[in-house]
Amino acid sequence: MAAETGDEAFVVFDRVQKSYDGAVLVVKDLNLDIEKGEFVTMLGPSGSGKTTCLMMLAGFETATSGTIRLNGKPINNIPPHRRGIGMVFQNYALFPHMTVGENLAFPLQVRRMGKSDIDAKVRRALNMVQMGEFAARRPAQLSGGQQQRVALARALVFDAELVLMDEPLGALDKQLREHMQYEIKHIHKNLGITVVYVTHDQSEALTMSDRIAVFNDGVIQQLASPEELYERPGNAFVAQFIGENNTLKGTVKAMNGQRATVRLDNGDTVSALAVNCGHADNRTTLSVRPERVFIGARGDLPVTKAAVKELIYLGDHIRCRMEVYGTDEFIVKLPNAASHIHLTEGEAVDICWETDDCRALDG
Amino acid sequence: MIDTTRTDPKKTLPASDGTLLRKKLHRVLLRSRLRAFGLVVPLLLLIIMAFLVPVVLFLVRAVYNDTFSSNMPNVTPMLAKWDPASEPTEEMYAALVADLIKTREDKSIGRVATHVNRQLSGTRSLFTSTARRAARLEAPFKRALISIRKEWGEIKTWHAMKIAATTYTTAYIARAVDMQLNADGSYSARPEDRRIHVTLFLRTMEISIVVTLMGVVLGYPIAFLLANLPVRTSNLLLILVLLPFWTSLLVRTTAWIAMLQGQGVLNDLFVIFGIATDEHRFSLIYNKTGTLIAMTHILLPFMILPLYSVMKTIPPSYVLAARSMGASPWTAFWSVYFPQSIPGIGAGGILVFILAISFYITPALVGGQDGTMISNFIDFHMRSSLDWSLAAAMGLVLLVIVLFLYWLYDRVVGIDNMKLG
Repeated sequence: MAAETGDEAFVVFDRVQKSYDGAVLVVKDLNLDIEKGEFVTMLGPSGSGKTTCLMMLAGFETATSGTIRLNGKPINNIPPHRRGIGMVFQNYALFPHMTVGENLAFPLQVRRMGKSDIDAKVRRALNMVQMGEFAARRPAQLSGGQQQRVALARALVFDAELVLMDEPLGALDKQLREHMQYEIKHIHKNLGITVVYVTHDQSEALTMSDRIAVFNDGVIQQLASPEELYERPGNAFVAQFIGENNTLKGTVKAMNGQRATVRLDNGDTVSALAVNCGHADNRTTLSVRPERVFIGARGDLPVTKAAVKELIYLGDHIRCRMEVYGTDEFIVKLPNAASHIHLTEGEAVDICWETDDCRALDG
Repeated sequence: MIDTTRTDPKKTLPASDGTLLRKKLHRVLLRSRLRAFGLVVPLLLLIIMAFLVPVVLFLVRAVYNDTFSSNMPNVTPMLAKWDPASEPTEEMYAALVADLIKTREDKSIGRVATHVNRQLSGTRSLFTSTARRAARLEAPFKRALISIRKEWGEIKTWHAMKIAATTYTTAYIARAVDMQLNADGSYSARPEDRRIHVTLFLRTMEISIVVTLMGVVLGYPIAFLLANLPVRTSNLLLILVLLPFWTSLLVRTTAWIAMLQGQGVLNDLFVIFGIATDEHRFSLIYNKTGTLIAMTHILLPFMILPLYSVMKTIPPSYVLAARSMGASPWTAFWSVYFPQSIPGIGAGGILVFILAISFYITPALVGGQDGTMISNFIDFHMRSSLDWSLAAAMGLVLLVIVLFLYWLYDRVVGIDNMKLG
């Protein structure tokens, strides 16, 4: 987008490749533009190259080929300490021999700031993460969540415009993690900083990001907003990785504009939204979200027979495992609403879904 | 339950079978403690029998010597009561003659004479020659003894005997630090030409400190490399570090002789490269330089290994974090990495220092005159002069110095701050 208007994005990965051994590419031809003030998450399974990308941006790894530009300037040859990029590490990396205050003062001291300036900035940064009273403590005396806040404050205290976060919430328990997600999000919004966030937790990525880059096998599979990514996954990997998904394998029989007629492996034929299934005779994966399946007939949607195999009560919804089109791994989520349908195991029911909710992706 | 919590739940909480929970827990734990203790018993016994008991028994010699008092039973109690400012009495001379006759008969005169001789040199022959004639002496014994040897009339002979007759004495410890105990209980410095121990202790400390510092300087980069290289490379390097452990200490020391001596490998190279001329080769061995070089090499692994194991536990993300915050590579190392490796320096330093301070074989072989250490002197008194009390006293002083330094280290750096991995 930015390239069209002439002035470049804040962070640009331009055809970046990375190889550690000269034989295998860990990052293959990465192109990514990050706008100023954006919160971009690199999401992917471990070994997908997301952390390598972050380390190249921070300057701890060098790109094997291609250029990375920050604010229009190539930074490939700038050492990490001159890049002015804040970073939050997975294990917080708080210096154990310094107090919280000294930890925060460190980036200011290496910039040779005055004592009173340092004190003011440290206090402001600590207050921002509600850690004002803890300046004299040692990191070892803090809980995981508190250490995380301090690490965040330390990355922000020297007014970095770009902050990188490498799975910063990985070590926290679920409740604290969700709380910190909101907190980081608010800090991002209030300070207007640009954040590049790495995680393998898809719900974390969906909660926090403006845009998510889904990594797999050294390639960005899809770069889109959380909603776009969830509602309209571009390929089978993304559909599988983001949220829960039912997959049905089949072969494309005919294409009709946006519609594909797919013959499933058990012989049945269904109609689906053609996303990237290619042309007729291609193998394809049909993807249906469990919460988009209706029980019983609805309007003139095509219905199919399903057998209830297993019911799991989860409070806010009921997970129902069904046998549909020859697969018994088909999951349907029934919201626990006031008037929801009561199913019993072994029961045979009709199910249906909107044709647009059944997406024909690559095989 | 409600009643018991009202009194003291800790003391009265019952277990399921009605007995007190605390007792029950104690019984269960006792069994596992006994089993654990059983595992260490053989080693504990070995250490007690072969190390603690002999060390304590030997160190007792530093303050205890009954050579005189047990062999000279008549004169000893008189010497103890005698005021060293007054003249010895006729009874004391009589008792001395009786004791000399006795020691000549039971052949202990040699040991007694040697023992007194250590207090006052020249008294050995005085005792042995007098003892030969003691049986023929007649009262008054004072005049008779003085007529044989005039030294018996001198007060310093009796002072030496008074000190030698004390069973529990600080005389040896005083001598170990170049002081002497006088007959009136005061201490004074030994004559200048007889002072040697303080110089030796200082030299021993100096060599140990220099070896420790060189160990840090040489070992730190290697340990750093070991901790930061990929595992395969670092394992190979670690084997090279450990290699000296598989070679005898004696072999390593003699190898240094071949390297450093006047006609040795290093000096030959110096001559070839014109750093030294053939007539003026460097004397690198049989002096302090030789001791320093050989000891540093031998003790280096003891510095590298604790350093390495501490550095291995420092996550690389600390330095990365420091770099990302704007610290140059040097600042990141100095203010973030180095402080965290101090426990390793402490552990390695103490290990090397304590080993160095009692080093024996290497200084004995390559030390020459000015490279010998206190342990070589202790050995001399153990095997050559047979002055075991002095040897024990020197050992005791060394032990006290080490314990003091250990205490000092604890106060300044903190023992908890020491990590072996």
